Amino acid sequence: MDNFKKAIRPKEEDFADFSCHLTQLKTFRIHQYNGFFFERNDNDVLLDKNIIICSIKSAMKNHKSIYNSAKNLQPLSSDDDGLFIYIPRNTILDTPLQILNVIKTFEPLKIEAKTLIIVGENSHLKLIYCDDTVNDNLSKTESKISVVLEKDSSLEYYKMENINNLSSIFTDSNFVLDTNCELKTFWLSINGGDIKNKLSVALDGQYARADLNGLYMVDRDQVVDNQVSVSHNQPNCHSNQLYKGILDDSAKAQFKGHIYVSQNAPYTEAIQNNRNILLTDKAVVNTQPFLEIYNDDVKCAHGATIGQLDQSAMFYMRSRGISERSAKMLLMFAFCTEILSKASIEELVDTLQDIIKRRLHGELSSCENCVLLCSTPCGTSDVDFI
Amino acid sequence: MSLLEIKNLHASINGKEILKGVDLTINKGEVHAIMGPNGNGKSTLASIIAGRDTFDVTQGEIIYEGKNLFDLSVEQRAAEGIFLGFQYPVEIPGVSIANFMKTAINEQRKYKGLDPMPSMEFMKLMEKQKKIVDLDTKLASRSVNEGFSGGEKKKNEIFQMAMLHPTLSILDETDSGLDIDALRVVASGVNALRSPEVSTILITHYQRLLDYIVPDFVHVLFEGKIVRTGPRELALELEEKGYEWLR
Repeated sequence: MDNFKKAIRPKEEDFADFSCHLTQLKTFRIHQYNGFFFERNDNDVLLDKNIIICSIKSAMKNHKSIYNSAKNLQPLSSDDDGLFIYIPRNTILDTPLQILNVIKTFEPLKIEAKTLIIVGENSHLKLIYCDDTVNDNLSKTESKISVVLEKDSSLEYYKMENINNLSSIFTDSNFVLDTNCELKTFWLSINGGDIKNKLSVALDGQYARADLNGLYMVDRDQVVDNQVSVSHNQPNCHSNQLYKGILDDSAKAQFKGHIYVSQNAPYTEAIQNNRNILLTDKAVVNTQPFLEIYNDDVKCAHGATIGQLDQSAMFYMRSRGISERSAKMLLMFAFCTEILSKASIEELVDTLQDIIKRRLHGELSSCENCVLLCSTPCGTSDVDFI
Repeated sequence: MSLLEIKNLHASINGKEILKGVDLTINKGEVHAIMGPNGNGKSTLASIIAGRDTFDVTQGEIIYEGKNLFDLSVEQRAAEGIFLGFQYPVEIPGVSIANFMKTAINEQRKYKGLDPMPSMEFMKLMEKQKKIVDLDTKLASRSVNEGFSGGEKKKNEIFQMAMLHPTLSILDETDSGLDIDALRVVASGVNALRSPEVSTILITHYQRLLDYIVPDFVHVLFEGKIVRTGPRELALELEEKGYEWLR
C-alpha cells in the first residue's frame, strides 16, 4: 500500500553516535535499534538479581516455563525478535530500567518493536520506555508491549514519545494486574507527526490499582490519539485516568477513555478525566468518554474539558508585571506538570519538566530536524522562570 | 506634579455607562478612601487604572507620573509602580507563590533595565515581607491562592504589594470578608508600607477599615461620579446617614 519497507536487523555501529537525552539519570539501559533488541551482558547488578533480559526467541528456548506463564498475553509468534524481561519474585530494583528504542532510517521503513515483561510476585519495578527518531527520515513504528504484574507487585512506567514530524508511531500496550498490584503510568507524547497510543489495563485481581496519566503536546499538523481502556474484572479495584493536552496551530488530538466494570466487580472506583487547552481556533480535540458498567456497587466519575487559558489568571499575573508571554508559559507549564505530581523518580521529573518547558518555548520544534536529542537548544528564549 | 490625575473619565461595559465623568487627583504620600454603594463604579475605576480591558473608556484621560496611562499595557503599568489588590484574588493551581513573585520581580526589573534579583536576595526579601502580614511560611511554597481562606488571600495580596513596593497601590475592598484580627494584620501591613513616596487608594464599604488606616481624603463615588470629597470624618457621617442624602 505504500513505500515503506519492513525494517531488517540493523548494524549496531550505525547507532554508535546515539546518546540518550536523559543522560544525567542513572538507569539500566536496554537497547532496541529500529525495534530490534541488542543484547549486552554488561550489568552485574541485574545478573545478581537473576533478572532475565533477552530476546523473545531466546526466552522461548531457554526460559520456556517462565515464558509460557504469560502465554495468554503473547501477541507474538516464534519468529519475532523482540525483547523479553523477567523480574523474579521479591525483587526490588531501586534504579529504573530504561528501554531505548532508537529509530534511524535511511529510506522509509516500517519498524516493529515487541516487548514482553513479567514482574514477579511482590517485586517492584520502575521502567522508562523511550522511542526516539535520531534523524529526519520517514518511519512508521508499530510497538507492541505486554506486561504481566503478578500479585503484590508494582510498576511505575514512563513512556516517552519523541519522533520527527514525518514519522508515525502506534503503540499497543497491554497490562494485566493480579491481586493487590499497583500500576502507575506516565505517557508523554512530546513530539511526533502522528502518534497513536492504545493502552489497555485489565484489573484481574482484587485490590489492584491503576493510575494512568498522560500528556500530549502537539503543534503544526501533528496528530495524537490516545485510547485508554480499563477493565475492572474483580471487586475492590481502583483506577484513575488523567490525560491532559495542549494543542497549538492546526494540531489534532483524540482521547477515547473506556471504563468497563464487570458484574463480578463490586466496590469498584473508577475515575476518568481529560483536559485540553487549545491555543488556536484551528486546533481540534475530540474527546469521548465511554463507560460500560454492569454492576450497581461502583463509584465512577468522568469529565472532559476543552478550553483556553484562564483569562482572569492571565490578568492577575500581568497586573504584577509579568508579561503576557511569560504568564502564558507559567499557566501552560503548571497545566502540564500536574500529571507528573505522582511520579516518584525525582531526577526524571526534573528532566521532564525541563523538556516540557523547552517544548513550550518552541525550542524543540523550531527546526524540522530537531527532536529531543538535540542537546543544544536551537531556539533561544528570552523568558526564564524557575 | 501629582502622581495620578484622572480627568473626566467615562467608561462603559456592554454599552452601559458605569463611570460618568470621574475627576480625581492623588499626590505622593496621600491615602485616599473611595466609598459608595455597590454597583456605582468603584471596582470599575480600580480595574481601569490597572488596565483590565473589559471596559470601554469613552472619554477622559488618566495621567500617571506625567504619562498617559492608556498608552501602557497591564504589565507596563505594574512595572511603572501601579499595584491592584484584588477584591477576589485569583487561584493559580501549579504556580507557587515563590515562582510567581520571582517572575514578577524579575520582569519588572527587566523593564527597568536591571539584572534579575540574585536568588539569595530574593529569598531574604520573601522572609522579611512575609512577616509584615504574618503569612504562614508554608503558604509561600503552595500554589498562588489555591485553597487559601478568604483572610489568607487578602494577606497574600498585601504580601505581594510588600514584595513589589509599588508607588500607587489600589486596594479594592481588601477588608471585605475579613474578621477583625485579619483586618488588623492587613491594615498594619498597609501602614508599615506607607511612606511620603507612595500613595494608596482604599476602596471600601465600611468606615471600620479607616479606623486602622487613616486616610487623608474620603471620596464618595455615587452613580458614576465623585459627588463629595471630605476629610476622614466624612466616612463617619456616611456610616450614620447612608448615601441617599447625597443624591
